[in-house]
Order: sequence, then structure tokens, then C-alpha cells
Amino acid sequence: MNASFAPDFLTWLPAWLVMQSAALLVVMPLLSGPIALVLSRGRLAWTWAIIISLATFAMALILYGQVLEHGSVEYAFGDWAPPLGITYNIDALNMLILLLVAGMGVLSLFYGLPSVLREIAPKDQAAFFAAFMLCLTGLLGVAITGDAFNVFVFLEISSISTYVLIAMGGRQDRRALTASFHYLILGTIGATFFVIGIGLLYMATGTLNMADITAQLRLHGDDRVVRAAFAFIVIGLGLKTAMFPLHTWLPNAYAYSPTVVGAFLASTATKVAFYAMVRFTLGVFLPGSPFSDAFLGLVLAPMAVAAMVICSVQALYQTDLRKLLAYSSVAQLGYMLLGLSMGTMAGVSASLLHLFNHALLKGGLFMGLGIFALSFGVRQVQDLRGLGKTMPVAAAAFAICGLSLIGVPLTAGFWGKYFLITAALEKGWWWAATAILISSVLAIFYVGRMLETMYLQPAPKTKGRSKKITAKAPLLALIPLVLLAVANVWFFVDASLPKGLADAAANVLFGGGAP
Amino acid sequence: MNGEFLTPIDAFTVIDLVFMMMLVTVGIAIVRLKDLFAIVMLSGVYSLVSAAWFVSLDAVDVAFTEAAVGAGIATVLMLGAMLLTARKAAPAKPARHWAALIIVCATGAALLYATVDMPSFGDPLSAPNAYVGLEYLKQTGPDTGVPNVVSAILASYRGYDTFGETTVILTAGLGVILILGLGGPARRKKKSVAAKTAAGKSLSSHHVVLRVVSKLMIPIIIVYGAYVQFHGDFGPGGGFQAGLIIASSIVLYALIFGIDAAKEAVPPSLVRLGAALGVLIYGGVGVINLLLGGNFLSYNTLNPAHPTHGQELGIMFVEIGVLVTVASVMLIIFYGFTSRQPDISDKDW
Repeated sequence: MNASFAPDFLTWLPAWLVMQSAALLVVMPLLSGPIALVLSRGRLAWTWAIIISLATFAMALILYGQVLEHGSVEYAFGDWAPPLGITYNIDALNMLILLLVAGMGVLSLFYGLPSVLREIAPKDQAAFFAAFMLCLTGLLGVAITGDAFNVFVFLEISSISTYVLIAMGGRQDRRALTASFHYLILGTIGATFFVIGIGLLYMATGTLNMADITAQLRLHGDDRVVRAAFAFIVIGLGLKTAMFPLHTWLPNAYAYSPTVVGAFLASTATKVAFYAMVRFTLGVFLPGSPFSDAFLGLVLAPMAVAAMVICSVQALYQTDLRKLLAYSSVAQLGYMLLGLSMGTMAGVSASLLHLFNHALLKGGLFMGLGIFALSFGVRQVQDLRGLGKTMPVAAAAFAICGLSLIGVPLTAGFWGKYFLITAALEKGWWWAATAILISSVLAIFYVGRMLETMYLQPAPKTKGRSKKITAKAPLLALIPLVLLAVANVWFFVDASLPKGLADAAANVLFGGGAP
Repeated sequence: MNGEFLTPIDAFTVIDLVFMMMLVTVGIAIVRLKDLFAIVMLSGVYSLVSAAWFVSLDAVDVAFTEAAVGAGIATVLMLGAMLLTARKAAPAKPARHWAALIIVCATGAALLYATVDMPSFGDPLSAPNAYVGLEYLKQTGPDTGVPNVVSAILASYRGYDTFGETTVILTAGLGVILILGLGGPARRKKKSVAAKTAAGKSLSSHHVVLRVVSKLMIPIIIVYGAYVQFHGDFGPGGGFQAGLIIASSIVLYALIFGIDAAKEAVPPSLVRLGAALGVLIYGGVGVINLLLGGNFLSYNTLNPAHPTHGQELGIMFVEIGVLVTVASVMLIIFYGFTSRQPDISDKDW
């Protein structure tokens, strides 16, 4: 990897900070949660959360520097060497996710203040930010850890805080409560399956450290316990990833949650679960065993294709904008699962690249909708009429993210699909390449419908509207959206950061290097 | 796996089987019943039987937690939740959930499929017993000086997981604060509707025996909680169990003397603070370790000359953190349920 900027970047910093950055990345947001709860004033808690999230992102950058320099970083909690203690292991694969989650955390918080002040009751705002920081903590904790049980613990932190955050939409729309409850039930089943799988793995190997599990599996070989563990872990994480047909919780959860929560979750939550699935299927379990290959090829690949086609069609029929985007998310997760199911370096690299781009563009789209909803109460596709003129900047940024979702050249979304198709053809999966094309055509229709309504249809001229027409997007919310739109163009021109990390990640998984 | 080792059929095996059969029976009864009160009671029974079974499996720490959570405080919380809703489940339409049946059968089949290659029960050569588990047994003494290996694993070797679990509990409490609220401070003089429901209508006005006995019991329960807390290094116990025990003493007080009396003794603002404080104490120990030059939760740094003393000190403080958060969150949930008044009229749904 390109290590040119890393050394001087790290030498300015105190050695202590560099050494402890892995722990601080998770511990800082974790401890900021209870402190935000005590602060008990909305704006104060927000300021605090912003400071911590910026510091967290800085830690992610420091770690990135270390990963560029050394390839991987290990941090042992309590100074207990593995397998006795818990370690954080950072390599290219989870570095990509950590940068993404920490970055989206900062952007979502900046974006979130105006909508939170409006959507959440004043007495609950501090607790809301506390829950947000804990959610961020959980997602980072799942991504960074090198310990299988520690994944479960932080998955629970992120899940429980997510249920709460989604339910907070209940003040706007009571359906948020049932959406949250639905997710709670399914999410708990998913977590149970996952922990059963970890238990079975422990039974077979006697250890919880991921690298050590792999080493023990090499000695132990393949047996029924390991196979059952594999199936339970994939299904459990599949529920969290919204793998088709386990995605039923997702559309309502995204549609009725508070604006900022929808934007943050759409760009991070399923991505982290997907990362965990990649890590377990290819990094912890031995790649190339007949059982896992059959599982990937015969179960995962058809599910992925079904998601890509069926959920894209479902997106076409949605009138609620956020549900439309949510179904599109399930379809896009299908792309990522397809890349994983190929089980090749090219496939996994393309899938991770698509993950990164999709997080940027879907975050942007949800933020755009949030701004429209904040200014004009936009919920339905037809409400977008004329927004291209009344809110030109936000609409343009929204459109760029939308084009990136289709995968038009000049936007980042293009590269993910391009490399996925290449990987599929390389493996001889012409049907997968066809499915990608069909799903992309469907995306043209559902994105096109939104853009057409926005730019080509005149704004409605009712009395209520003409007064509100002067409403401007709050600057604080607009800046993150514009940044994401710019990122979507920038990562087309220079995709070296995500592509470099995605390639390095695939190399970690297939190059024989233990995580 | 290992043909040499056979599970002996002895008295304990028979007892285990009986416990398992009881669990299945209770489980089926819960599914078939419609009366919520009976279901809550049976789920308490289920936990108690599980706890007994864990004791027979030599997992005393787990048994203790299960008894305190499942049979103790969870039952009270479920009763509190039940008071907000109906006593009986609405009669479900007889429907055949074929998909659910297939999923359940497939899950069971997968587990059965795996049993064939599982190590025999109690096999000393199986991976969990021979590898890291054995290492813990060997190392705990010299490394930490803590006699109870379970406590050492929980609070030191895998202390970071416990930190995460404490945060999970805080998150749950946070969820209750956000969704249900804490119901505000105690209302003096005029009794609220919620207070009456929580106190079981008129328990507070008579039942002299209950009042006197509970007044005698509560200090004993709290002392017992403290014992469980500080004895965790030597025997089963620790912050989780102690937190539940202490919280249950306050819940008992609320049940007998009314929710307002309990809120005067332990105000909701205090439990909100306590839930946050516990996690901060736990994390604070880790941060101090960082500042002393070790890694996060490296208790040796607390006393570099005598690492085992540092370990004992670290374990004691993090267990206090666990206690504070667990006890506070249990009370948050209890206050959240019992102080709840229907704030949404039916037409708003």
C-alpha cells in the first residue's frame, strides 16, 4: 500500500496516543454516552457528542496511518495476550469500515441538530444523543474487534440503541413504535442465532480469539459442529445485514425513524453487519472448505440475486420516499452479498468498494430527504414536485447521490458495479452480471421517477406552499449533504482510498494472512 | 470425539434429565396459557428451575445470576408491565403458522445434526476444557491472586466484555428513559393513580405484618447484597447479582409502601445519574490504567510492585461500577413501568 504520508503523519503525535488509538476509538464514544446523559440539555449534549465524534474520527485516521505503515495493528485489553484476553485487531478490511462509520458519525451529528431539535422532545434530547453515541460505539466495536464474543457484546450495544433510536420516531409517526418492535424481535432472534454459533465454535475450538479460532480450525478440521456454527452465524448476521428474505424489518425501520437516525443507519448499520459476515465466512472459518463454498454458492448467491431484482421491483412501487430508498438498500445489499458469494478476491474487493460507495450515497439520499421533510414536510414521491427550483443546492446534491445509486459514470457508484460485473464475468457467472444489469435498469426507473418529479414537474401552488417556499435548508444540515455529494464525485475521479483498502482487505482474506 | 471417555449415568445425570424435562413442560405450558399472570409466574418458575439445573452443572455463578434476574427482578418487572395492560392475552385466531413451524424444525434439526460431533458431556479432553479454559485455571492464581476463577475471567481477563455488558445494561435503561420516561419525582400528599396500582391498591394502608416484616427484611437484603458484592472474589457473586439484590430491596419497599415513598428514598434523578455513573466508574478504572502507562483495563498498573494487589483493586472497583449501573437500571425500568400513565388516548393511535 501507499505508505508515503503515513510516517510523517504519525511522528508528530505522541507515541502514547498512537499506541492507545485503537482503544480510544471505541472507549471515547462509549464513555461520552453516559456523560451526555448526565448533561441533560440537548444543545450541550450535541456539542459534546460533536467534539467526541471528531476525536473518534481522528483516532480512526491515526489507526489508518498505522495500518498503512504496518499492515495490521493489535491491541490487547488489560495487557492480557490472546487467547486469554480480548484483542482489537485492525487490518485493511475493518479499517475501511472504521473510517466509514466514524466519518458518517461526524457527518450525521452535524446534520442531525436541526432535525433533532424539531423531532425529539426537549427533555429527551440529551438522552437521544447519548443513545446515538452508544450506537456509534457499538458499530465501531463490532468492526474493530478481533474476538468473536466481543463482537456479540458490541452488536448488542448497537442493536439495543438502534431499537431505541428508531422508536424515537414515534413522536412524528406512531408506526415507528411497531417498526422498532418488529426489528427488536427479529434482531434478538438474529443475535441469539449468532451467539449459538459462537458457542458451537467455542465447543469445537476452545477459544474465542478470531485468529486463534482459525488456527484451531486448521488442526480440528471440518465437522458437524463447525458446519452448524457456520450456518447459525451466517443466518444470525444475515438478519442484521437485512439479507433477503430476512430483510422485512428494514423498510419500516428506516421509514419511520427520526431523520438523522435513518441517514446514519442506512449508511452504517447493515454495512457493519455485512462486514462481520465477511470476516466470519472468509476470515474466521477456513476459506475453501466444501461446506462453506457450497453455502456461499448455493444459498447466498441466489438470495443475493433475488434481493437485487425483487427488492428493486418493490422499490418501483413505493410512494413513500424513505421506503423506496429502504427497498433499494436491500437490493444494494444484494450486490454486496453477491460479491461475497463469489468467494474470489475480485468479488470481495468489488463488494467492499460497493459497500463504501453505497454508504456515502445512501447517507446522502436520506439526508436530502430529511432536509426536504424539514422544510416542506416531504414524505411522498409526488411531494418532490418543483424542489429542483425551490431548493436548488439540496436538490442538486440529492440528484448526484441518486445518479451514484444508479451507477452512472462520473459518480462513485459506477466503480462498485463495474468491478462487480468484472468479477462476475471473471468467475463465469454471466447470470450474475445480467442480474446486476437488470437491477441497475430498475434503479434508473425508481431514481429517475424521483428526479423527474423534482426537476420537471412544477411546484404546487397552494396557499400553504407559497408562504413556505422561501424556507431554506438549515446550513448545518446542508453542509454534510453537499460533502457527501462531492465525495460521490471525488471517489469516481480518485478511487484510490476505497479501492486500495478494498483490495488490501481482499488480500488479507485470501492472501493467507490471519486477521 | 473421544471414545475412551464415556459419560457415566449417575444420580446427577438423572437429576439433569429431570430438570430438562421440567423446563420443557413449563415451556409448553407458557405457550399454551392465555392468562398473563400465570405466564409471568411460570416464567419465574422456568428461571428458578434453570438456576437449579445450572447448580447441578457446577455453574454456580450463572445459576446465581439466573435466579436473581429471572426468578427475582424480571418477574416483578413483568408484573409491573402487566398492570399497564390486560390480564389475559387476546384470544388468537387459530392459524397455522407453517413457515414458523418449518423454521423451528430446521433450527432444531441443525442443532441435532451438530450433536453427533459434539464432545461428550464433561469430557476433560474436549477443546473448551483442555485449551484456554485449562489455561485460565492454571494462570488465575499467579496472575491475579483471585480464588474465584470465574470472577477473574469476568472482571480481568475478559473484563472488556463485562465493560461492554455493563454498557448494554445502561443502553437498556436509556431506552426505558427515552420511550417510557421515569415518571418524575415523588408526588407528595395526593396519591396518584400509578402509585395506587403499583402498591397493589391498598397494601400501604393495612397489612401490618407485611409492613413490619418488610421493614425488617430490607436492611438484611441490602447487607446480603453487599456481601455478595464483596465476596465475589472468593465465591459466586459480584456486581451483577449484588446490583439486582439491592434493586430488589427497593422494589420490595415500593410494593409495600407505595411508589412515591420509594421515589422519596431513591429519587428518579438519582437512578438516572447512577446508571451513567456505574459505566463511568468502570471505564474510569480503564482510563486510569491508560494514564498510568498500561493498556485499557490493565489493573497491574494500579500497583506495579505487587501486580496481584493491583488486580484485586481493579476488580473491586469495576465490580462497584457494575453494581451501580445494574441497580440503577433495574430501578429505571421499575419506575418507568410503574409510573406510566396512559398518555395517548385511543383515538390518537
